[in-house]
Amino acid sequence: MAAPFDLNDDGVVVIIGTGAGGGVLANELAQRGVSVVALEAGGRYLPEDYINDEWDSFGQLAWTDPRTTSGDWRVARDFSGLPAWIVKAVGGTTTHWAGASIRFQPHEWKAATTYGRVQGANLLDWPIDDAEMAPWYELAETKLGVTRTGGREGLPGNNNFKVFEAGARALGYQEVHTGRMAINSSDYDGRPPCQQTGFCFQGCKWGAKWSAAYTDIPRGEATGNLEVRENAHVARILHDDRGLVTGVEYFDRDGNLQFQRARIVAVAGNSFESPRLLLNSASSMFPDGLANSSGQVGRNYMRHVTGSVYGVFDKPVKMWRGTTMAGIIQDEARHDPSRGFVAGYELETLALGLPFMAAFLDPGGWGREFTTALDSYENMAGMWIVGEDMPQETNRVTLNHDVTDRFGLPVANVHFSDHPNDIAMRNHAYARGQAIYDAVGATRTLPTPPYPSTHNLGTNRMSEHARDGVVNRWGQTHDIANLFVSDGSVFTTGAAENPTLTIVALAIRQADHIAREMSAGNL
Amino acid sequence: MSKPQTSRGLTRRQLLARASAAGAFVLGAGFVAAPDAAWAIETTHLDPETFATLVQMARDIYPHDHVADEYYVIAVRGYDSAEQAEAITAGIQALDAAARGRGFPSYLGTGWERDRVDILRAMEESPFFQQIRGGLVTGLYNQKEVWPLFGYEGESYSQGGYLYRGFDDITWL
Ligand SMILES: Cc1cc2nc3c(=O)[nH]c(=O)nc-3n(C[C@H](O)[C@H](O)[C@H](O)COP(=O)(O)OP(=O)(O)OC[C@H]3O[C@@H](n4cnc5c(N)ncnc54)[C@H](O)[C@@H]3O)c2cc1C
Ligand code: SF4
Repeated sequence: MAAPFDLNDDGVVVIIGTGAGGGVLANELAQRGVSVVALEAGGRYLPEDYINDEWDSFGQLAWTDPRTTSGDWRVARDFSGLPAWIVKAVGGTTTHWAGASIRFQPHEWKAATTYGRVQGANLLDWPIDDAEMAPWYELAETKLGVTRTGGREGLPGNNNFKVFEAGARALGYQEVHTGRMAINSSDYDGRPPCQQTGFCFQGCKWGAKWSAAYTDIPRGEATGNLEVRENAHVARILHDDRGLVTGVEYFDRDGNLQFQRARIVAVAGNSFESPRLLLNSASSMFPDGLANSSGQVGRNYMRHVTGSVYGVFDKPVKMWRGTTMAGIIQDEARHDPSRGFVAGYELETLALGLPFMAAFLDPGGWGREFTTALDSYENMAGMWIVGEDMPQETNRVTLNHDVTDRFGLPVANVHFSDHPNDIAMRNHAYARGQAIYDAVGATRTLPTPPYPSTHNLGTNRMSEHARDGVVNRWGQTHDIANLFVSDGSVFTTGAAENPTLTIVALAIRQADHIAREMSAGNL
Repeated sequence: MSKPQTSRGLTRRQLLARASAAGAFVLGAGFVAAPDAAWAIETTHLDPETFATLVQMARDIYPHDHVADEYYVIAVRGYDSAEQAEAITAGIQALDAAARGRGFPSYLGTGWERDRVDILRAMEESPFFQQIRGGLVTGLYNQKEVWPLFGYEGESYSQGGYLYRGFDDITWL
């Protein structure tokens, strides 16, 4: 049968969320002839709709449904209702993302083995490894058109990169370049090269940056095997008395509750909404929520050790011009406990416009210490820290029954506190970042606290054994054979790299597995 | 957002003669203007002194010497409303009371920014202060007219981005 599909069609794979994980899975399944209904809570926006304006774009695309926070992270104080900066739209957060696309280092698949026992950390090895993932990474890089892979040229460096690079070289760093980016450096896949407009975080109006919104989604739809229903907010996943899922209940664009039958359900709502959905689907058979026999649903929330360093110079930089994040130093990504912490971090260029700089430079800050920094906005360069944080069982997403969304569903509470290893790593990275800018004559450097999380990982983690995690090596839940998880929440550990390339590689691999198992009659 | 109207009909000297010690001052019933007549607005719900004090408070929270008062006025004029007037008036009264407690005639009657900042520091946990500060983050810095004062160029797509307009034009490295 071809799309659109009937609500009673119980042969379809239902995918919840259409971002990096769900959007790619939907297309990859459709390409393999599988019938897919993808339900997306947000609306549909394309390059002509994107807005070159930080707050207006945020208002257009960001997920602003209520969430609550706790724990000692500063975000809980400064942005108590906004633990994450992620998108609610067809294509998910791949509209906002900056495009940095790097593979895990081989040892990062085996964090527990490599780092050994770290007190308070719930470290676990992934059940898969570098060799197994290599071909899937290659497919993902080809899909995304990642620069500096597959013979694709790197992007040219902008002003912000040039300052960053000069400082890095002065300190002797070796692995410094304009990044492996899912942003075209020349025509690729029917999309033009980067025009250096500088609004990567607001949706690329040229389509130079890969986003599922205008690549995978329309391609999947073109097969006739994929139906994307936007403004469809999934409330619950239902199951039968054999413990297999039967379909999902969702609120359609008019607020009416619908039930879509399914042969398989794949959850890809990003790391807050995916566990929230499993927990909100609790039943008499699964009182702790679906797929939660391990008790790990919602736990081990990771957000990377982040933070920014801005350098102020006596002359203009104009960091906002050009690609937002095309610049990287990889020398600190290694695991080297002599620095006083396990695991490593990447340093990447980053620029914010004036409105976001005012909001995020020092949230709550005021007075001349704050304003004199902004007075030098034109002379600022910026970088971002992305490091591996330690999974902790107590960092978790739970249901907050005191607060409900407009559908009356309990919202996600996000609890997070840094591990001592996270703090040691961040302090090291701040010092290195400040040294980089000092080396090129910074008159002032600003170690800036983490923003609301853009990388959200780990709340349905992958494990060899059912007792340790929520999904197996295919993203299939240990407890329910026809229930899958397909987004960043399956990360066993976070590695030092921006996560999306890995989410995409895992989604392609999962699609291949699901399609094979379906035709073999096993699913 | 449109700029507030510029006051006419008073000479600069007349205006200066009525200026109070700090920043904005009150011209008459419901009318507030800057000492240099760069801006003036009519208030409808807030007493003019209260509004003038609010503008000064806004500047003291986010002081940018190269940003004229008119932008601070735009940032806070939304508080001149029926719903907000009572709470804002109470907040400004508390500010003036704090100033008197430190021996000044009023908040606007202080001499140095330092004195006003001390007053604000002492009340920075209050909901009133947090409301005004939080509102300014977007109220002030999200004014497109303010961006050029910081060098920020805003939207660039319509001009073809910076590929041919200096994305890598840095010369001093
Ligand atoms: C500003 C910014 C910059 C970034 N830069 C980079 C980068 O350079 N490199 C990188 O690797 N990563 C980057 N990221 C992170 C990257 O965007 C995410 O890792 C990635 O998109 C996550 O994919 P996902 O599939 O887990 O979730 P998402 O892409 O967030 O997709 C989840 C989708 O599910 C939908 N959904 C949720 N709940 C429901 C429900 N109940 N019913 C229906 N639909 C639902 C949401 O609306 C959303 O569309 C960035 C993120 C941001 C915000
Ligand atoms: S800088 Fe390049 S990739 Fe980023 S939004 Fe502009 S054209 Fe797109």
